Amino acid sequence: MDLSFSPAELAFRDEVRGFLAEALPAALAQKVRNGEALDKADFGQWHAILNAKGWLANTWPEAFGGTGWGPVQRHIFEEECCLAYAPRIVPFGLNMLGPVLIKFGTPEQQADRLPRILDGRDWWCQGYSEPNAGSDLASLRCAALRDGDHYVINGQKTWTSYGQFANKIFCLVRTATTGKPQAGISFVLVDLDTPGIEMRPIRLIEGGHEVNEVFFTDVRVPVANLVGEENQGWTIAKFLLGHERTNIAGVGYSVQAFEQLRVLACQPRDDSTRLIDDPLFAARLATIEIDIEAMKITNLRMLDNARRNGAPGPEASMLKIKGAVIRQSINDLARRALGPAAAPFPVEALDGNTALVPPDQARNAMRYFNNRKLSIFGGSNEIQRNILSKTMVGL
Amino acid sequence: MDFQPSDDRRLLRDTLTRYLAEQYPLSHRNAVAYAAPYHDPVKWAEMADLGVLHALVPEARAGLGGAGFDIMTVFEVLGAALCPEPFLPAVMAVQMLDDLEPLLAGHRYGIGLTEVTAQGNSLSGRLSVVYGGNVADTLLAVADGALFAIATKDAKLSAYGMIDGGGACEVFLDNTTAIPVTEHANLAQAMDAGALALCAEAIGAMDTSFAMLTDYLKTRKQFGQTIGSFQAVQHRVVDLMTEIEQARSITILAASRFGTEEQTRAVSMAKSLVGRVAQQVSEEMIQLHGGIAMTWDHPASHYAKRLVMIDHQLGDSDAHLTRVAAHYSDT
Repeated sequence: MDLSFSPAELAFRDEVRGFLAEALPAALAQKVRNGEALDKADFGQWHAILNAKGWLANTWPEAFGGTGWGPVQRHIFEEECCLAYAPRIVPFGLNMLGPVLIKFGTPEQQADRLPRILDGRDWWCQGYSEPNAGSDLASLRCAALRDGDHYVINGQKTWTSYGQFANKIFCLVRTATTGKPQAGISFVLVDLDTPGIEMRPIRLIEGGHEVNEVFFTDVRVPVANLVGEENQGWTIAKFLLGHERTNIAGVGYSVQAFEQLRVLACQPRDDSTRLIDDPLFAARLATIEIDIEAMKITNLRMLDNARRNGAPGPEASMLKIKGAVIRQSINDLARRALGPAAAPFPVEALDGNTALVPPDQARNAMRYFNNRKLSIFGGSNEIQRNILSKTMVGL
Repeated sequence: MDFQPSDDRRLLRDTLTRYLAEQYPLSHRNAVAYAAPYHDPVKWAEMADLGVLHALVPEARAGLGGAGFDIMTVFEVLGAALCPEPFLPAVMAVQMLDDLEPLLAGHRYGIGLTEVTAQGNSLSGRLSVVYGGNVADTLLAVADGALFAIATKDAKLSAYGMIDGGGACEVFLDNTTAIPVTEHANLAQAMDAGALALCAEAIGAMDTSFAMLTDYLKTRKQFGQTIGSFQAVQHRVVDLMTEIEQARSITILAASRFGTEEQTRAVSMAKSLVGRVAQQVSEEMIQLHGGIAMTWDHPASHYAKRLVMIDHQLGDSDAHLTRVAAHYSDT
């Protein structure tokens, strides 16, 4: 039993810390700290900084321009980025499509597409969910019919994150209607400027624009844009799920949000009392801190497993469930901590002179409502429980 | 980073597990746990011979272990088998005594958790719910911050069993002759070691309980299908599994911090979370087994009792949560 990182891992952590201290623009970190919505330029700026360092594609092998990092290095990097309030790496091109192309793509697809992800020429988004295919993804109906050298796509995708910034979309489409639903799905790459595509914003519960719906009407896509074999899309989707699940517990986000909350609670209020001295609040905070401390170790245990077995196993679903619940519980307490001051909306209605709370707390109610998504997206907590029940318990 | 047990601890774990499976099956355990003297001196001596007590004592003091992970290893196995023998006072006594030779030879202790009064070397007062005190050779008591030893035969005892098995007693001291041991009794250290041991015991008992539960869910049929095929049951089982892993993680953390400056806070974190999860496992095990777990004859009922009553020992979930929370006011 040894819970500590090796000297090499610690040296790597210091290197990451040093880099972040130097390279992360303060204005960007401030925006992340405040929970402000980041625009395309913000993400692009951070991606370019990481790319210049060679750390952007941290799930890719070195041969393709990636870092070649193992799960522990990736974990350290992600933790440090969270703690420094760096923007997250937008995962769709880098952590999702990249590994798919490396595993299933043709050499031409790899040579053509991967460099464009790295240098930011292509911003990818994801076309998976449909209005009637959410948790039951395999029932998707967006159809791609073969017509000579093209597929003709008709249908609708939804929950497409940052689609408003993207110029490309990778889609799961139905290429066969016989046999099991999973057997008739293919993975295709689509240019968003192809005629017949319309992207519409979805306004979320807290007022933000993160996701979109995408409509396809007679969209002609070259057959060369198929990844893997026709009807192999489900296999690719499952492979991709494994990649989406690194940093699935979001422990770094929890640690960071917890610390912000603790600092807030230690500030004297107008009546010179402090929230932290309220025993009920302190007990709620302690309950969360204990959950986080346990989750850190659970996360490391799974990382140790992943290192031994090559990939995260189904137990990653446990991290997803519990990690989401913990993050939501912090958001909940951070919202309550503000009392009536949590209500002003939009927060810009109050400025530096009139604000009720510090800028990094002003969006606590928005964060709370927005992060209800954590237990829904990427396979809802109920779907994760189904997976665990089958794979880990054998029920 | 490495979460695999060392070879020594793996050997200890396997040896003790095998011994208890062969020599201390649940039928024997229940016979011992629920009838005076709540103790099997033959098995106790055999387990001492196996090196269980040595594993709780540092090498520098003639033992073979003594680290947080040694305590965790031993008590996980004891918990998995629901062993009622007085190892808890032993691991606590290790923290308080200089001379561990008698302990290593199988000498049994009972520890008073509240202070009594001393007049010279005579002690007066009551020691309440002294675990294993009913069969102890020596009682350890704290008075004016100093540690005293009392030969059990010199004290007036009222012995009893406990609802979850094992024995304890009330000790009535009335100018009872005692031997001074140290001027500064390190009761806090003993409490931390004991709490860590109890967390590990709960982990072992939860693992056995969870395995028992899932076996049952795969075989018990209602409405023509196994009850484990119902989603209402499956999701609860998965939540239990997740919480057990969280409880294991925080206990690993506490074991790793044992003997460091962060020991007390980490142990309190563990005792608080484990207490909460152990009760959840107990209640869910009963609920999901249905009526059968309500019967004395089914093993689940005995695990269920132990898992709940562990939270009554050395500070419950709320008491330890309060200790963790108290830390914030200092910041």
